[in-house]
Amino acid sequence: MSEPQDRLAAALARIPYARFLGVRAESMGDELTLILPYSEHLVGNPLLPALHGGVVGALMELTAITQLAITNNSERFPKTIDIGVEFLRSGRPVETYSRARVVKIGRRIANVQAEAWQSQRDEPIATLHGHFLLDEEEG
Amino acid sequence: MEMSEPPPYGEGADVLERVRTMMQWTPQGRALGMEVIRIENAKVWGRAPYKPELVGDPETGVIAGGVITTFLDQLCGMAAVLAMREPAIVATIDLRIDYMRPAEPGRDILAEAHCYKIGRNVAFVRAIAYEDAPENAIAHATAAFMVNPNAARRFGANLGDKNSGGKQR
Repeated sequence: MSEPQDRLAAALARIPYARFLGVRAESMGDELTLILPYSEHLVGNPLLPALHGGVVGALMELTAITQLAITNNSERFPKTIDIGVEFLRSGRPVETYSRARVVKIGRRIANVQAEAWQSQRDEPIATLHGHFLLDEEEG
Repeated sequence: MEMSEPPPYGEGADVLERVRTMMQWTPQGRALGMEVIRIENAKVWGRAPYKPELVGDPETGVIAGGVITTFLDQLCGMAAVLAMREPAIVATIDLRIDYMRPAEPGRDILAEAHCYKIGRNVAFVRAIAYEDAPENAIAHATAAFMVNPNAARRFGANLGDKNSGGKQR
């Protein structure tokens, strides 16, 4: 089991912040899904209650960098240059999923889009687009 | 009798304590250990302490980008509340973050957020994250917030069946 996606899912599990969130990865071929189980410490608004928007953004950013590393066949996570997060629905206190699509890989930077959803895939709760600096050693 | 406009919320004397309480009210704010250190009109300064469990790159010890995203989102939302005459809940519409450089491992991250325009429906906020001075920034953020987004939603709206709080189809 040394496919890049398996190695990166293992690398993701070693990131302390991914453990802090409780994120786990599942991959089907070269497509990765990150799964964020609901936990009380992820809540931003306890009245509704709703997940903190930053947590949903963080989930999509982790998905974007991991998917990009898989697609780019890199062993290392790329560095974030910029991200734009759009919030579409409040995140309910249930499991949240995220997938990312690498739109373009250039020589030095890549453009990636990601989405987060809950019970319905076609009703995303948030989307992310970002630019990431590729690992220069990998050229 | 003619009344002068009440001052923005952020100018009240006991507001710093209330804003600190607001930060503690958010479970994710408590989990990250974020705190408010200063307020002034529609501006707020905060701290996100360095914690080993928040590291995003185990090789370098640099804190995860997601922590900065959450910290800046939270602080921007608070700046929007401080700019209001009557405090209300806000919800992020969008948030853009530019990363100038990685955060220094082992150091707390500071940030300042400024709500530079607020209307009846939308607030616009900018923020900068840094360790020592905003001139040497880790990240810049721009955010827009919906003002009072839950006006038509009851407490616990997200606990019911999936369409109970949102738009019905």
